[in-house]
Amino acid sequence: MSSDTWPLWEVFVRSRRGLSHTHAGSLHAPDAEMALRNARDLYTRRMEGVSLWVVPSASITASSPDEKDPFFEPAADKPYRHPTFYEIPEGVKHL
Amino acid sequence: MTTTDTTAGTATATDPALTSAALALGDDALVLAQRLGEWAGNAPVLEEEVALANIALDLLGQARVLLSLAGDEDELAFLREERAFRNVQLVEQPNGDFAHTIARQLYFSTYQRLLYAALAAGDTPLAGLAAKAVKEVAYHQDHAEHWTLRLGDGTEESHRRMRTACEALWRYTGELFQPLDGLGLDTTALEAAWLDSVTAVLTRAGLPVPSGSRTGAWRAGAGRQGLHTEHFGRLLAEMQHLHRSHPGATW
Repeated sequence: MSSDTWPLWEVFVRSRRGLSHTHAGSLHAPDAEMALRNARDLYTRRMEGVSLWVVPSASITASSPDEKDPFFEPAADKPYRHPTFYEIPEGVKHL
Repeated sequence: MTTTDTTAGTATATDPALTSAALALGDDALVLAQRLGEWAGNAPVLEEEVALANIALDLLGQARVLLSLAGDEDELAFLREERAFRNVQLVEQPNGDFAHTIARQLYFSTYQRLLYAALAAGDTPLAGLAAKAVKEVAYHQDHAEHWTLRLGDGTEESHRRMRTACEALWRYTGELFQPLDGLGLDTTALEAAWLDSVTAVLTRAGLPVPSGSRTGAWRAGAGRQGLHTEHFGRLLAEMQHLHRSHPGATW
């Protein structure tokens, strides 16, 4: 048994009730239950969390760095997509 | 360990029976912590190394409180001779392969969880420690059970190794239920619950419950009487040599 044959898992930790789970890191484990236990030992020893998710890294579909430009570039010159682009008309009191 | 820490038990127990019980349980935790610490840098995978080190540190914390009830924790840990240690022989057994470590963890954490649960429900000065420690130990037991299931029900080789380990350590499990004066525990009930729990896990893992005797043949006693196996001297030498070479050293 070695980590070569153990799949990789991504770990998400919810630090407090009401907050969302945040990616904390990754680890190797033979299965989901052991991944949860390893995550507990690696990422929540110092009271960092109240809830844990583990997801097989292989299940994550990520955007490719090659596609960075077509994916993200077009948003750069469209300031009207931000609410701060618009001036608030005078007389509008409760916006 | 430092002697200046005041979070550990502040008052030394005055009841001699309770003092010796705290010493016995403290030695169990201390010696097993030392054994598990030997995996640091040697565990099969990094994740498991952290898990075992975590368990070792939980046990060391328990040992500090228990030994402080019995006297000065540093003196007790570092300056006693082999025959003065009262830990059960199970915890001093070598790590062996990973299966041996897991079998030792399964036997001991199942016992410790039942013991602390019973102590937490009682009214001895150990009740407070036990109530806190039982949560830590529940995780140790969970860890050992999950690995027992995976090794017992894994490959042919993992099954063979786990079976060998469970059988090799079986003869050290009877000593866990020697009555300890001063704690008012029903060790017969404890032993029955232990046997039920361990049997259930082994059965689920597809492992036979070992059929041999659960005690050694040596009638003069075992660890609780200060009689230890040959592996123990080396463990103590490693644990104590720094303090004995440089008394009072700190960092």
